[in-house]
Amino acid sequence: MAALNIKKGSSRKSAYDLRDPNADVIERHTLAVIVDNEPGVLARVIGLFSGRGYNIDSLTVAEVDHTGHQSRITIVTTGTPAVIVQIKAQLGRIVPVHQVHDLTVEGFAVERELALLKVAGLGEKRVEALRLADIFRANVVDSTLQSFIFEITGSPEKVDAFADLMRPLGLVEIARTGVAALSRGGEA
Amino acid sequence: MVVQALKDQGVDTVFGYPGGAVLPIYDEIFQQNDIRHILVRHEQGAVHAAEGYARSTGKPGVVLVTSGPAATNAVTGLTDALMDSIPIVVLTGQVPTFMIGTDGFQEADTVGITRPCTKHNWLVKDTNMLADTIHQAFHVATTGRPGPTLVDIPKDVQFATGTYIPPQKARTSHYQPQKKGDILAITALVEMMEEAEQPIFYTGGGVINSGPGASQLLRELVDATGFPITSTLMGLGAYPASGDKWLGMLGMHGLYEANMAMHDCDLMINIGARFDDRITGRIDSFSPGSKKAHIDIDASSINKVIHVDLAILGDVGFVLEDLLRIWKSRGRKTNKEGLKAWWAQIEQWRAIDCLSYNNSEKIIKPQYALQRLEELTKGMDRYITTEVGQHQMWAAQYLGFEDPNRWMTSGGLGTMGYGLPASNGVQIAHPDALVINVAGDASIMMNIQEISTAVQFRLPVKQFILNNERLGMVRQWQQLLHGERYSQSWTESLPDFPKMAEAFGCKGRTVKDPADLDDAIREMIEYDGPFLLEVLVEKHENCFPMIPSGEPHNKMLLGDATATDAIKGDGAVLV
Repeated sequence: MAALNIKKGSSRKSAYDLRDPNADVIERHTLAVIVDNEPGVLARVIGLFSGRGYNIDSLTVAEVDHTGHQSRITIVTTGTPAVIVQIKAQLGRIVPVHQVHDLTVEGFAVERELALLKVAGLGEKRVEALRLADIFRANVVDSTLQSFIFEITGSPEKVDAFADLMRPLGLVEIARTGVAALSRGGEA
Repeated sequence: MVVQALKDQGVDTVFGYPGGAVLPIYDEIFQQNDIRHILVRHEQGAVHAAEGYARSTGKPGVVLVTSGPAATNAVTGLTDALMDSIPIVVLTGQVPTFMIGTDGFQEADTVGITRPCTKHNWLVKDTNMLADTIHQAFHVATTGRPGPTLVDIPKDVQFATGTYIPPQKARTSHYQPQKKGDILAITALVEMMEEAEQPIFYTGGGVINSGPGASQLLRELVDATGFPITSTLMGLGAYPASGDKWLGMLGMHGLYEANMAMHDCDLMINIGARFDDRITGRIDSFSPGSKKAHIDIDASSINKVIHVDLAILGDVGFVLEDLLRIWKSRGRKTNKEGLKAWWAQIEQWRAIDCLSYNNSEKIIKPQYALQRLEELTKGMDRYITTEVGQHQMWAAQYLGFEDPNRWMTSGGLGTMGYGLPASNGVQIAHPDALVINVAGDASIMMNIQEISTAVQFRLPVKQFILNNERLGMVRQWQQLLHGERYSQSWTESLPDFPKMAEAFGCKGRTVKDPADLDDAIREMIEYDGPFLLEVLVEKHENCFPMIPSGEPHNKMLLGDATATDAIKGDGAVLV
């Protein structure tokens, strides 16, 4: 199966999961977990990851349905295919968890992250930072004579790339939200 | 309101211990007669007693304790129940809501501490939510894969009045695990069963948890197909030990024929077991030539340790019913020739007689003690609990269980101190039955205070202590793994057990001559009240057969001659 070199996520809408369940490659998956917005639910999810030794690359959580008291937790995790399956099954048995979506397997998903970057500098560096921000469509949300705060939205890779460019130009501090993600298409 | 909710859930017994933060509930208990309260001596004992009650009845066990230290004392029992999938509902008191977070007297973050050791838990901050939450706790504890739940109730919430909600109106709808198995998958399993030459059923506690009906269906399936069956420690009794398809328990101290059959089979049908490391031994050489099917209600148990070829998600009882129906409707086919050769092979393994041991006329061998116990109590209305260690494994090997819910032992967590309180819980549920706790001298000391509970409630439980003055299993591992350096594995100052029993108000006796053993066991059985029988046994007896850690099923040790320095290399880091 590995020889077929089927791209990750290409099993979309297929009844068969074509990935080798015993492969020892490390995959990155984005999970969307719909939970009851009740006290301690985030602790349960995080406790599961720490207690069983799984990785969390990024985690975001917010209430998405106020009347239904539901929150959406978006987790980016890494592991072998067998570990990813186990993570989903373990999440699924937490009582206040309603649904676990593996956006990486279920099809193509849009992933976005917002970051704020504080860049301090004078002269040519300051001009260059502003020029690069324009290329990356980052907005200036705060400015002093010595510094900017840029707001950038995009994939984690885009934010990484922008941060790498800002570093020699005087990057002072960075705040990132972590990934929020939705599957493409008309269905939930 | 709490008491009303318990009544509406059909609760007749609560195991507990009062304290400041649960006094309002205890006041309610005082003013009614429907629910019997069993006062334990330690909160861990309350949870284990509730586990014994739950496992021997199939009903959830209920515990009521106070805040802080009571809740932390309950943690071991909760973890035990989680590992062994026992339905327990624990109600804890909590400091009043306005004091939470102030490090108040007897305050502990109970919900935080017990989050990883319960199936689910709740802190109730509003009296109007109290009844609803308790009903949910019962629903979650008993639905799907059973487990412990905990409801933490601050004292002001106990005092306040609110609206009572009956169980029928509680919000239990969204937690509804799937019970019916996928018919296509079940049909695929039937096809595999029809072809298989060397099939084996490997059953676990899930069959017991699914109810007596599931055990009945299992018996019908095994007897109709003629496939051999083995079981985990947790599943003993689902298929009768006297059945001719029974291979005995499998695993680290399982029977030779059971483990060899697991290793060499071509179709393994796992029914409600979870490929625990005590069962699998070395993972990469676990039953290398077999197709594996796994029936389980918990999706996270499937493919967790061992990758299976066919997974059926559902309740064992429902799946077995469909499995039998489909297998029958397709003409009850099995591979008769293959099975005949397979049984011939199994008979060869059986002939090794792996449970044989060198008996003695001078000193009581622990195996002999259990053989005699089995012989003298067989056929009685008998329930067995155990502590944890060598005696537990010998009990599993030498006692025969004909029915489910008759065998209560701490499997997953391996909790020393489980057996005595559990025996109390079993006896409460079955007042007229013979309840025996098979114990070791070290384990029994871990919750010895619960003898006092047995005496107070006139529970005629029998403590059958195999006393070798050692931590036998630890000593065995030190012999096999640590060059016979017996670090801290013996007890210098054990109590005089019969005198201690008498101090508690219980009867006691010591026996050390094999010739007196039968008489002592008879006295224990016939005595109308709690009885402690101390059996002084051979001090250095090891528990065999044994799969050394890090080895596969077909590398079993059968006796001392082959055992010295048996655990080497990678296996040494395993437990």
